[in-house]
Amino acid sequence: MTTFPKTSRRNFLKIAATAGGGLLLGFHWSKTEASAIQVVGSLADDVSFNSYLSISPEGIITIFSPNPELGQNIKTSFPMIVADELDADWTKVKVVQAGLDTKKYERQVTGGSGAIPHSWERLRKAGATARHMLVEAAAKRWNVSSSSLTAENSFVVDKAGNRKLSYGELATEASSIAVPKDVKLKEQKDFKLIGKAVRNVDNKDMITGKPLFGLDFYREGMLISMIQRPAFGMKLKSVDSAAAKAMPGIVDVVSFKNNVAVVGKSTWQVNKARKELKIEYEADGPLESTADHDRLFKDLMVKGEATVRRKDGDVDAAFKSAAKVITREYQCPFLSHSPMEPMNFFAHVRPDGVELIGPTQTPDRARMEVAKLLNMFPDNVTVELTRLGGGFGRRLQADYALEAAELSSILKAPVKVIWTREDDLCGGSYRPAVRYRFDAALDAQGNLVGYKLRGVGINAGNCTREDNFPSGAVDNLLIDSVEHKSPITTGPWRAPITNFLAFAEQSFLDEVAMAVKKDPVQFRLDLLDRAKSNPVGEIKYDIDRMKGVIKLAAEKSGWGTKKDLAQGFSVYFSHRSYVAQVAEIEMKKGKPSLKKIYAAADCGVVVNMSGAKQQVTGGVVDGLGHAMYSNLTFKDGLPEQKNFNSYRLIKIKEIPEVECHFVDNGIDPTGLGEPALPPTGGAVANAYFKATGKRLYNQPFSLQEELKGVTLGEKL
Amino acid sequence: MANYKLQINGRSYEADVDPDTPLLWVLRDNFGLVGTKYGCGIAQCGACTVHLNGNAVRSCTLPVSAVGSGKVTTIEGLSADGDHPVQLAWDEVDVAQCGYCQAGQIMSATALLNKKSKPTVAEIENAMNGNICRCGTYHRIKEAIVLASSKLK
Repeated sequence: MTTFPKTSRRNFLKIAATAGGGLLLGFHWSKTEASAIQVVGSLADDVSFNSYLSISPEGIITIFSPNPELGQNIKTSFPMIVADELDADWTKVKVVQAGLDTKKYERQVTGGSGAIPHSWERLRKAGATARHMLVEAAAKRWNVSSSSLTAENSFVVDKAGNRKLSYGELATEASSIAVPKDVKLKEQKDFKLIGKAVRNVDNKDMITGKPLFGLDFYREGMLISMIQRPAFGMKLKSVDSAAAKAMPGIVDVVSFKNNVAVVGKSTWQVNKARKELKIEYEADGPLESTADHDRLFKDLMVKGEATVRRKDGDVDAAFKSAAKVITREYQCPFLSHSPMEPMNFFAHVRPDGVELIGPTQTPDRARMEVAKLLNMFPDNVTVELTRLGGGFGRRLQADYALEAAELSSILKAPVKVIWTREDDLCGGSYRPAVRYRFDAALDAQGNLVGYKLRGVGINAGNCTREDNFPSGAVDNLLIDSVEHKSPITTGPWRAPITNFLAFAEQSFLDEVAMAVKKDPVQFRLDLLDRAKSNPVGEIKYDIDRMKGVIKLAAEKSGWGTKKDLAQGFSVYFSHRSYVAQVAEIEMKKGKPSLKKIYAAADCGVVVNMSGAKQQVTGGVVDGLGHAMYSNLTFKDGLPEQKNFNSYRLIKIKEIPEVECHFVDNGIDPTGLGEPALPPTGGAVANAYFKATGKRLYNQPFSLQEELKGVTLGEKL
Repeated sequence: MANYKLQINGRSYEADVDPDTPLLWVLRDNFGLVGTKYGCGIAQCGACTVHLNGNAVRSCTLPVSAVGSGKVTTIEGLSADGDHPVQLAWDEVDVAQCGYCQAGQIMSATALLNKKSKPTVAEIENAMNGNICRCGTYHRIKEAIVLASSKLK
């Protein structure tokens, strides 16, 4: 059992029954100490508490889930953790999405695969504390020792006395029990919900078409707006909106910053009127095209001013004395996030405050930026969270909420800003385009004695992960990066940077392994052993966990034992978790067909097996789709792909079988929203080499010469 | 503007809209039937799929003037209480991630099964290839269709 330390009494507030009876337990999601857990008398007002778990006399357990839900399944996983420690009857748990409340909650963010790692212990303690108090209440009523009682399925059970009481019956009495100073948490073997496959709590609403998403939000009197934005590097010169304003249903056309907003009563009327706008733009910076970027990449790779990210040993000497040097380059295009629900937000700016409603991964960012924009106190800005129709990092940005707020303040009316798919693809915040060069120095015995990585990115910041494997396993190492500043805006895209870096690195290591005639799996394991026994510099990844997933993926895929299949290997550490993958390609009549991808993940304890498999399988499909097909190119500051007819996303015919495995090591959860994506491109490219002898260096694969005429994804 | 009388989910609806207004926006803006989603506006993603006389159609490119007296079914009208075999299979297999595309997926799947209750895997893939799921739930979509198919007589 895990026991948490005693805490100061002054942290506890009074214990009281709710107005209608029942137990209302407030707990800080932000603190790990038991002091965070408090019983309070009222849902309202008390700023000391971050969130609430309540039990009604009827036995309904309500859990408020504070983090934005975009498909990572947090709205199911968070309450599962609470309910398990509470020994609650899951069928009686009601989950409610909480709005933004920075006084009650911390880290109301969806990003970085961080929600479960952040809240794991807090949620468990919230459940365990309530359970303790319910058991104590039963002990008091029966006048027995609480140690003789157990809890299960929302009942406190007295086995010796052959009697039981429901949580609902005990809730009011439990609210007068002292909050425990020490709260005992379950051992992993005693989990009843955690680790099981539990269905999404919103399934019913999703499959019956209930209004869950931002775009589904309507309010009487609300105006609808679409906004015309300039190309990257352009600014607004003049607008002739007479024709648009004359269109039916149009209320107004207003300009702010470089935007021209058409405002009307219905989506279609606004969309039609928008086409009647006559807008002139003028240059405000360079108008970049993909051809410029291709040239820049090559120039900057050689002549760019690089920022050193990590340096171990003497790289120059190692390369000078090397028996063999291998150099390879890899490049990826910009990508759009393209969540299926396009950007949208509702705003109603009144003199005394702002109401914001919509899909955002960072509600507090929206609130703070809107408050700043409108010169208001943040406390006067409220944010209600809708479900997000995908995010992938796009909704970490607050730009579209700001547009809605600014427009509402100009119009002095409630308005919902809607982006079309074209707006979304042209609207920026892309995965940056990046080019990498890797150099490996090998000695006469085939040992990797020198390693260099240079990343050149467009608005990519540090486009390396300098402390990731194989750093720590090579004596002489240099990792640096060069950045080109562009008017084309970029932002985090699911598994930022590693979504392409992993492919490049794992492809390169595969090639190096082949060059020294080593099995690619053994080559990685040997490097990890070296890092363990004789580390070079600081090591910021867990060697044993990485070896664990490598071995599990090799075992489950039958690595090296399948004569008829070409297997490719890849492993990557990102966002605290480890995932190894093996891709299998079959040659049929001389044509390669991608049959299957095995994924072995170590994310610590799996909370919800159904959700976890979704994150891994979805991550593989996402990684494969974007490695294979998606490509955003530019001409004079504008994307050339403006909708799904030219911007390709993976389809159902193009997916291989995916088999997921999880390392069961009892480590506290380390996150799974992103880590399964990075390894996929490398596993597929390495399998493709095994199958055809051709290496893939650039994405998307489908447009490369090496893949010409081959439909790798589609069944042959 | 013109007045249109539409038969949707077994009920009559009326809207005064431009003839070229896509059915999608009439459903959403005029009738509050927001289960049908906007994804691309050019019939490339399938999020807006509804049934017109039993056939899966993309409501984002179907002008309201072309609907006539045709019988429209949206996700809201697929069953009285979310208990259509396809909806039940979607729940049992736990298909959805973000969930935004799933109404369109379910409508495409149902149209397929209405025509062919025991489709092959290839037929499932063909019927579903116009429905994009950005979260990558395709494996479970296939699994749910196979499950629903097994429960249909």
